[in-house]
Amino acid sequence: MIPRPTWYAWKVWRRNWDVFFKTYRVNFLPPFVEPVLYLLAIGYGLGMFVGEIDGVPYVLYIAPALLAISMMNSSFFECTYSSFVRMYYQKTFDAMISTPLSIEDVIAGELLWGATRSLIYATAMLAVLIVFGVVSLPSSLLVIPFSFLAGLLFSGIGMCFTAITPGIDTLNYPAFLFITPMFLFSGTFFPLSVLPEALQLVAIAVLPLAQVVTVTRSLTLATLSPLFLYSLAWIASCAAIFFFLSIHLMKKRLVV
Amino acid sequence: MPVKPIIEGQGLRKEFGTLKAVDGISFSVMPGEVFGFLGPNGAGKTTTMKMIECVSPATAGVLTVFGLDVNRDPRGIKRWLGVVPQETNLDPDFTAIENLLIYARYFGIPPAEARRRSEDLLSFVQLSEKRNVPIEKLSGGMKRRLILARALVNSPRLLVLDEPTIGLDPQARHLMWEKLKALQAAGNTIVLTTHYLEEAERLCNRLVIMDHGKILVEGAPGDLVRQYAGEDVVEADHTPGVVRCLEEIGARFEVHGDMVQVFSDRPKEVATRLLSDCNPGRVFVRRGSLEDVFLSLTGRALRD
Ligand SMILES: Nc1ncnc2c1ncn2[C@@H]1O[C@H](COP(=O)(O)OP(=O)(O)O)[C@@H](O)[C@H]1O
Ligand SMILES: [Mg+2]
Repeated sequence: MIPRPTWYAWKVWRRNWDVFFKTYRVNFLPPFVEPVLYLLAIGYGLGMFVGEIDGVPYVLYIAPALLAISMMNSSFFECTYSSFVRMYYQKTFDAMISTPLSIEDVIAGELLWGATRSLIYATAMLAVLIVFGVVSLPSSLLVIPFSFLAGLLFSGIGMCFTAITPGIDTLNYPAFLFITPMFLFSGTFFPLSVLPEALQLVAIAVLPLAQVVTVTRSLTLATLSPLFLYSLAWIASCAAIFFFLSIHLMKKRLVV
Repeated sequence: MPVKPIIEGQGLRKEFGTLKAVDGISFSVMPGEVFGFLGPNGAGKTTTMKMIECVSPATAGVLTVFGLDVNRDPRGIKRWLGVVPQETNLDPDFTAIENLLIYARYFGIPPAEARRRSEDLLSFVQLSEKRNVPIEKLSGGMKRRLILARALVNSPRLLVLDEPTIGLDPQARHLMWEKLKALQAAGNTIVLTTHYLEEAERLCNRLVIMDHGKILVEGAPGDLVRQYAGEDVVEADHTPGVVRCLEEIGARFEVHGDMVQVFSDRPKEVATRLLSDCNPGRVFVRRGSLEDVFLSLTGRALRD
């Protein structure tokens, strides 16, 4: 019983795209402002004391982490709170499935849109990082297509929570218990190697953001991590799994 | 060649856990007909509409729309369906006209054609001046009309309207009726649910009255009134004298609060008799209505 979305999903994607660009002034501020603040405060400020990590200046070390976090936040929150609002309060999905769109198409469109948001935000942020000269070129340009894949992964995970959450408030649990710890313990601001070995293994085995950081850092530093291929494969397979799983769960929730 | 029904339901059932929301109904809707589903709250009308709209699978039974099975070919059916849901679900992120344009896109209507149709439909539902207004700034009546326009954007062969005038004031309701009449005159097939009986009487060629998931009666409004309420209804104050009189005549009557309602095919005789012999206070003779049929079939107990 694998869900079978069709190309109609792009019509749903296009609806979200239209809304996004209706309010682009609000939407475009964060990806430009946020990295500047983090780079200045943490990269240069804290970096003064940290110096180098694994032979890399601190500001260069956290630049890919900022990209990875942005991919995660822009897609995860889109497919949790925003999708929930569209589904539950706005009844947008109900309106859509009265047309030739199926529920599979609708959810697939939402996931593709979440991935696209990740791509938009990562690209905007990358531009800022290039201006600051903290990422290597041209390898860093591969972050752009990669951010879509990473975004698809977090969209799928987020949509699974949306499919099972009783209300919008309970979405705070995955936000605080899953996203926040991941934000801190995925080799973002300090290397995993300083953690106890058991925790390191857990992070490398199951934390999606740890994989995304590994891949992104390899690209922006232009030095392949030994875990690069493992992480990339991990992301690709989990993105596929959560894509179909979330559609399946949503269908169970909405088709009654 | 016999005319094929647009919708045909047979032994249709829908259960939510142990609740039988729709409990084995059969009906058919013919081309060009306005077909009504009447019933108190919770009767199963919306559930039936959702099965017709291919968004809620039936627990049992057969349902075809345009001759296609709702389970096997939902996309083929939905392509030609115009839906006004009970719950307003316009897209609040867009303006009035954008709502139509985006909806048209879901149907794969090319942009230029979508724009032309949307402008026409806005003017049909008298919302042209509101074309660029965000949804939240529209009144309840305007939202319902915009939903009707949205339901027409794909030039549907069947309109499914779930309480199209719910929550509207009399002016807005009359405007909606006018639009539905125009659609009916243009030969559209329409299925609608309502619990406004006047609405059903005005609009429907044929209707069913549902309660507790079952169809109680089916027929043309006029026939149902004649059959279940009589052409005319006599009402009088509820006094012991009146009741005694009616029992003597052997007339069929019901007591509702401080009034008695007499169903008779000889209303004038009954009224004259009451006036001359029974000292009734007030006596009214009025035409029987669908409301009489409805209340006598579904009872007067309050539903929520
Ligand atoms: N999704 C659902 N889950 C459980 N019960 C439902 C659901 N939808 C409707 N019902 C129940 O089914 C019955 C019929 O509802 P509905 O079709 O909405 O009635 P109507 O439209 O005639 O007022 C009601 O008792 C209602 O509570
Ligand atoms: Mg209803």
